[in-house]
Amino acid sequence: MHPSRSAPTDWIVQKIADPPGGLDTTTTHQHETFAEGLVLDCGTVLRPLDVAYRTYGRLNDVRSNAILLCHALTGDQYAAETHPVTGKPGWWDTLVGPGKPIDTDRFFVICANVLGGCMGSTGPRSEMTDAEGHPQGRPWGTLFPAVTIRDMVRAQAMLVERLGITKLFAVIGGSMGGMQVLAWAALYPERVFSAIPIATAAWHSAQNIAFNEIGRQAINADPEFHGGEYWRHGTIPARGLAVARMTAHITYLSEEALTRKFGRRLRTGPMLTFDNDLFEVESYLQHQGSTFVQRFDANSYLTITRAMDFFDIAAEHEGALGAAFRASPVRFCVISFTSDWLFPTAMSRELVRALNAAAANVSFVEITSDKGHDAFLLDEPVLFRTVSGFLKGAAERWR
Amino acid sequence: MADGTIAPRTGRPLSDRLDLRLIAEMVEPRSRVLDIGCGDGALLEILLHEKEVDGRGIEIDMGEVARAVAQGLSVIHGDADTDLAFYPDGAFDTVILSRTLQATERPREVLAQMLRIGRRAIVSFPNFGYWTVRLALLTTGRMPRTSALDRAWYDTPNIHFCTISDFFDLCAMDGYVVERWLGVDDEGQRTPWRRNRRLANLFAEQGLFLLSRR
Repeated sequence: MHPSRSAPTDWIVQKIADPPGGLDTTTTHQHETFAEGLVLDCGTVLRPLDVAYRTYGRLNDVRSNAILLCHALTGDQYAAETHPVTGKPGWWDTLVGPGKPIDTDRFFVICANVLGGCMGSTGPRSEMTDAEGHPQGRPWGTLFPAVTIRDMVRAQAMLVERLGITKLFAVIGGSMGGMQVLAWAALYPERVFSAIPIATAAWHSAQNIAFNEIGRQAINADPEFHGGEYWRHGTIPARGLAVARMTAHITYLSEEALTRKFGRRLRTGPMLTFDNDLFEVESYLQHQGSTFVQRFDANSYLTITRAMDFFDIAAEHEGALGAAFRASPVRFCVISFTSDWLFPTAMSRELVRALNAAAANVSFVEITSDKGHDAFLLDEPVLFRTVSGFLKGAAERWR
Repeated sequence: MADGTIAPRTGRPLSDRLDLRLIAEMVEPRSRVLDIGCGDGALLEILLHEKEVDGRGIEIDMGEVARAVAQGLSVIHGDADTDLAFYPDGAFDTVILSRTLQATERPREVLAQMLRIGRRAIVSFPNFGYWTVRLALLTTGRMPRTSALDRAWYDTPNIHFCTISDFFDLCAMDGYVVERWLGVDDEGQRTPWRRNRRLANLFAEQGLFLLSRR
């Protein structure tokens, strides 16, 4: 080995001084508990079921102004406030807040942590229970049952019902959040007035499944994973999870965005070495990986990526996507981004054609952006105008 | 509208384009309407405001689509040549194609799709038989440039020109009923020779047709 060559993952060990402590299990998240539990698509009963959530704004007297936000793979319920673990602004702070396109002065906005997540909703880190709800004295870990996007939506529907809302004014989400939006419209068409699926698709493509599999393999290959029972050893598979995050992060960006942000810039002088962390783009990805492992549970990552892979609304309706939305009363606004190669416009267009075939009311905007899949989380004025205009138009037709 | 009526929904003025007014007159109140090539939704806005239609639009220009959706209109980014095939039979009462037919790849197929997905179709197009067009071609020997056809031949989106007489022939050939038709001058006004096809073919700058299936 070249003397200056360090082991490829040394950086992560240095950066995570206190591995298990990084995963905050002590914060209590606002949540509702459903003692009756939830029967999953796979047949397993999760009992009890916890759904952690946050709300913004005020529910009006007739309960007609509720909007549900659905978060993406690694998001959570802290959409429009400082995150309690990372201290960073909410993931949709750009879009949600007083006077913003999703105006919390007007709307009552709900965001729940997905089933299988690690921010307070029942997931692999929750205490395992049997079918009668008896605690088993250990976390679920890898024994947590396979969940689907529909299961996530059913859990959200239980929360929405408990909050006293019979019909949501809108369900909005990007990426995996967009999948949940579509599942909401397909499962509960009478309980959703309008739907904004952003940068998403009606099924997970082979390419997307392939990228998820790299992430899962990286986690599995980490010796600290211990077959998913890392909690027994007081460790976390930080290297594997970080590599999973790094790979995924590349898919969220575009070549233009990476070039614009980093180009071929070096962090130090131009010398020919094998040091990692040499190019700025490497340093950026490593930072993304190391901050991620401090807030996300590896078993949750495995569970949720699988749920995305399973997602295929067409397959649930004998291969006919239109059948899922036949005579749907829901008003749709489908949004995609030109440089998104993870959920390319072609996937949205296919969805729009199926919605047209089902005679659904649909708007469709492809937004020009060089920011890749992540554009839905960023400052995109056309996205803001589209969302606020669509909500305004929908509000005039609310019934 | 010439008196500058403001749309109460958006606070912006309704379009005063006369050709749009003439089309709006042909649309039944509270019907289901698809406007192909709807631009930023000027016609849809009139139809929603004055006819209370259930209106949808298709537009190929992304900027126009974003503007229309930001106004709260149901508009999709799409192409008349490829996207009509995805709608079910009889999905609309009226399907409108305003000043776009000549820019489609396969105008005959587009018309057939319009009358498959809609009970009625409203089509307007620039009349290549208009006397100034004929005169320009005759006297200059070059492709005519008029207010409706203002681009050079090499960068015009208009690739399938026809005259009012040609359009009557196509309707007869494909079995469409011409319920109403108008010759329209360059201001979008009805022309006085609207009852005579041959005169309209010479003096109307645009043709406006209301078609239905036999």
